[in-house]
Amino acid sequence: MALSTDAVGKTYPPVTYAVGREKVREYALAVGERDPLHLDVEAARAAGYADLVAPPMFAVVYAAPAMGPAIFDPHVGMNFALMVHGGQEFAWGPLVVTGDEVVTSVTVKRIEERAGVGFFVFESVSTNQDGHTVCVGTWTNIVQGV
Amino acid sequence: MNFEAGAQLPDLKVTPDKYLSVRYAGASGDYNPIHIDEEFAKAVGLPGRILHGLFSMALVARAQTEAAGGPASLKRLSVQFRGMGFPEQEIVVTSTVARVRDGVATVHALAEQGGNVIVHDAEAELELP
Repeated sequence: MALSTDAVGKTYPPVTYAVGREKVREYALAVGERDPLHLDVEAARAAGYADLVAPPMFAVVYAAPAMGPAIFDPHVGMNFALMVHGGQEFAWGPLVVTGDEVVTSVTVKRIEERAGVGFFVFESVSTNQDGHTVCVGTWTNIVQGV
Repeated sequence: MNFEAGAQLPDLKVTPDKYLSVRYAGASGDYNPIHIDEEFAKAVGLPGRILHGLFSMALVARAQTEAAGGPASLKRLSVQFRGMGFPEQEIVVTSTVARVRDGVATVHALAEQGGNVIVHDAEAELELP
């Protein structure tokens, strides 16, 4: 089956994620963060932040609601039974802090086939309420036997 | 920590407990049953529940931010996922400074578990204080 590249360039509606203190703490504990900036409100405030600071990899949490519609888009056409997460890149701007409202937009960047393997690459751009880009994510999914 | 080309950052060693991937599913919102349901994972041909790749990537990120003095230092991280990670086996993240230029260290890292590399070709950019 030939791979359709029709969806390349497609964008999805931006999704706003409101960053909550206990969600930051829950995520930080799940990944074993020990830095008090992520766990102790007083320590975060003493360091000059308004509230708990999200670990950089919290990007997966605030970008997820925007990524869903792209990943599951039938127009993109990934076969989930044969899909694996092949690679990931994040480039970060200012830290995300509890209370921020982060807006994420997703684009289909690339769809290509190499030796019967499909590569589906998505880009997420996340911006905070001050207009700063807090994270650009490049998500590569690999589908065998396309 | 002295950042110069060739320097090793401290290893990060983590043994995810049996229910880690359940907590990570809740924390991240990724409830793919291959991570939380032993029977489902086996039914689709896996040896058992596997860890989320993005959890393993978060360990690589943590090795960097702990070495460089906090979350603001990590400006970029790219990784490739190849092997599978499992609960209840130690993961070791090793990191080596490749170069330092204009106050930014480029670090090459990997995460391995029981001799299998589960995060390959990690490259981080760390803004040094």
